[in-house]
Amino acid sequence: MQITLTLNDVRVSEEIAPDMLLIDFVRAHGCKSVKRGCETSNCGLCTVFMDDKPVLSCSVLAARADGHKITTLEGLQEEAAEFGAFIADQGAEQCGFCNPGFIMNALALFREQPYPTEEQVKEYLAGNLCRCSGYEGQLRGIMSFLAWKKQKEGVQ
Amino acid sequence: MKTVNKPFRKKDAMQLVTGQPVYMDDIIPQDCLIVKLLRSPHANAIVRTINTAVAKKVPGIEAIFTWEDVPQNARRYTQAGQTYPEASPYDRLLIDRHVRFVGDVVAIVAGKDEKCVDKALKLIKVDYEVLEAVLDFHTAKDNPILVHPEDNWESLAPVGADNKRNLCAHDECGNGDIDAVLAGCDVVIDHVYHTKACQQAMMETFRTYCSIDTYGRLNVLSSTQIVFHARRNIANALHIPKSMVRVSKPRIGGGFGAKQTAVSEVYPAFVTWMTKKPSKLIFSRVESQTASSPRHEMEMHVRLGATKDGIVKGIDLYTLSNTGAYGEHGPTTVGLSGHKSIPLYGKAEAFRFVSDVVYTNHMSAGAYRGYGATQGLFAVESAVNELAHKLNMDPIALRLKNTVQEGDVMPAYYGAVNTSCALDRCVLKVREMIDWEHKYPARDMGNGKIRAVGMGMAMQGSGISGMDVGSATLKLNDDGFYTMMIGAADMGTGCDTTLAQIAAEVLDCPLDNITVFGADTDSSPYDSGSYASSTTYVTGKATEKCAMKLREQICKLGAELLGCPADAVEFDGKVVFESADPTRQKTLSEIAFASQFGHKIPLEFTETHTSPLSPPPYMVGAAEVEVDTETGEVKVLEFDACVDCGTPINPNLTRVQAEGGILQGIGMTLTENITYDRNGYPEENSLFQYKIPARNDIGHIHVEFENSYESNGPFGAKSIGEVVINTPLPAISDAIYNAIGTRFYELPITPEQIAMAVTAKH
Repeated sequence: MQITLTLNDVRVSEEIAPDMLLIDFVRAHGCKSVKRGCETSNCGLCTVFMDDKPVLSCSVLAARADGHKITTLEGLQEEAAEFGAFIADQGAEQCGFCNPGFIMNALALFREQPYPTEEQVKEYLAGNLCRCSGYEGQLRGIMSFLAWKKQKEGVQ
Repeated sequence: MKTVNKPFRKKDAMQLVTGQPVYMDDIIPQDCLIVKLLRSPHANAIVRTINTAVAKKVPGIEAIFTWEDVPQNARRYTQAGQTYPEASPYDRLLIDRHVRFVGDVVAIVAGKDEKCVDKALKLIKVDYEVLEAVLDFHTAKDNPILVHPEDNWESLAPVGADNKRNLCAHDECGNGDIDAVLAGCDVVIDHVYHTKACQQAMMETFRTYCSIDTYGRLNVLSSTQIVFHARRNIANALHIPKSMVRVSKPRIGGGFGAKQTAVSEVYPAFVTWMTKKPSKLIFSRVESQTASSPRHEMEMHVRLGATKDGIVKGIDLYTLSNTGAYGEHGPTTVGLSGHKSIPLYGKAEAFRFVSDVVYTNHMSAGAYRGYGATQGLFAVESAVNELAHKLNMDPIALRLKNTVQEGDVMPAYYGAVNTSCALDRCVLKVREMIDWEHKYPARDMGNGKIRAVGMGMAMQGSGISGMDVGSATLKLNDDGFYTMMIGAADMGTGCDTTLAQIAAEVLDCPLDNITVFGADTDSSPYDSGSYASSTTYVTGKATEKCAMKLREQICKLGAELLGCPADAVEFDGKVVFESADPTRQKTLSEIAFASQFGHKIPLEFTETHTSPLSPPPYMVGAAEVEVDTETGEVKVLEFDACVDCGTPINPNLTRVQAEGGILQGIGMTLTENITYDRNGYPEENSLFQYKIPARNDIGHIHVEFENSYESNGPFGAKSIGEVVINTPLPAISDAIYNAIGTRFYELPITPEQIAMAVTAKH
């Protein structure tokens, strides 16, 4: 079947198998940041944006993306580097395999809720598993990023 | 120190957080053969006939291999990544007619895409002769059903193995007259403890890509912690010379010991060797959960005796370990259950430690962070907590009376001297961190919830004494930057960075002046690999020695350029200058350029290190839990820990290692379990059923350091990677006891068990 979508601001039109998953479609188009961790929608590694909302691309058919806008970390490099630097400053990226999905979902959180509390962070990112860090360093990184952002944006 | 003990970012950090393609499946050609495995549905069976004729006709199928393609009487091999002499028995064939667990390999299918391979897998017809299986490890030893009845089974090292008794290993050791000591004790705690075969559950499943290179050799790019051992495993499995195999690793998406076994390597290696075409095998999460290399299930019988004043006088431990269908890491993990738990008690006058490792028809166990110490420490530390309750003593006060001290000889730790130890300081620190005085033992919150605390101690090793070998190569390049080559594997732990920090410290240069390459069997200097908490202590020391040697070489060439003797110059990291007249100098880049033009003093050096000692890092952890007496739910509100890892080379990375290890230990205590149904089918085959902690499952983890200085390690460092997983098990178990008055001797402790225990009391 034929689908047309916008992938990281580039229009893509392609013939695909009807059972193709979105994760396989975006990886085939060079978006290698998108990782498969579980196949059962448990781990959050494959998080991408569909029309600016986070979805698990292992559980979305590529056909469902027809006519929609898909964004992966490849399309958010500046934001990823800006926020990711705070994770790196904690050493909390560790093996890095869960980072793209986790960072996508964190960026989604910041768009919905610019200054979330610690509890809101934990709640929103609960579906992003990480086996290396124990999450504590990720949380430190997020909170110091938010403090920096507040200061930069002059928010009291 | 300028570089060591500083919280530098990992060298690969920004690449990782921006999602660059650095892992195996990101960087390989996408048009390679897809390899999948047909797996046994039976726990113990012989393949009577296997018919692949129809499956081979599926368009796109390149090859299907079965036991008929593998000589059944040839030498067997192990997938364990271990140093010579390999302790794990040679008990595998690449494809064996006799399948020994649900998930054992029956056929290898390779084709041009997933669809055709999936279709072919369904069309292979197998007729099995189903045999009775050994599924209860208590009944395995001397069971008439043998997991490995074959005559070409082989044990290479004297570990007490006997395949005709289902024994993968047996050992007995001790010191003093334990029976007499226990008979003279005022109190003896006598219990059996049971821990399960937990999964490492690293986010990146097992995966390997293979191709044939310019020279006709087999090139293996694998997510592995052990490139050199994997080369041996592959050559042995395929019965080809090691010279025909090259193994390298890209970034690794987590290992935790899982990838210290060549779980996925041999299958695509065989496909590529036979077809001469590139191929890849990526394990699904189901395969990673059910046909991999989890922790050894262990049952430990502890008899621990003490005086009424709380002095531990003797420990008698019997460990029964379940290695599953194959013996990977079986003979070695079990030793840690005693050798890394008993020595914590420095005043004990005697110990005995007996162990059996048995084969069963479960998936093969392997290496998982903690490697047996985790299991043993749960048993021994739980027994000590129970002792404290029995004596009506504070468990912390009891620990302070008993902890092993710096300078002590540790009979249960191979008679080694405790060269560096701040264990008692760690105990005191944790008491303060968690506010033990106010929180111990429990507080009823008045809403059906009880808050309680518990604690435990831990030790591990730093490499395998007298065995592990670490190496580093350093090279000075034009412009004056250095290249470092290592065979240790950074699996997210950050050793590319920490080893470079050690080199930069010695070479007096910024960290960015050192680029790191590793690991590749063709170009890295030999290294046992990244396991056994060896990288910082063993490879780190090799790196330090190597950088010292390279400094000497730089001075030598600098002196030649200055026209003076080598002992008349000094090097400050930027220039070599004459001691008597510092204005006479040559810059590092001048020296580097000279080394490439008309000079023969090499500015490249390899240094190798091994250590007769394995200095233990120590740790103390305390948990505050909240138990809901109605639902049985346990929440860890706070876990406070203090570690003595010697000098932390990178305090950020050391801290995150500790936090991550603690959360894995929490998972093992409360939710992570592998169970088998009565046919031997493993039930927790996804991250749905196998529950690893999410970030909203816990409160906070706090880690502090009370460091000793280990004079045999690089800049005083010991290891950190494994010790950190051990304390949550006894700490949380005791906290639950303090909350509800019931003691659990088996992990995980589930809400159902707690709710039922609470109900039974009322």
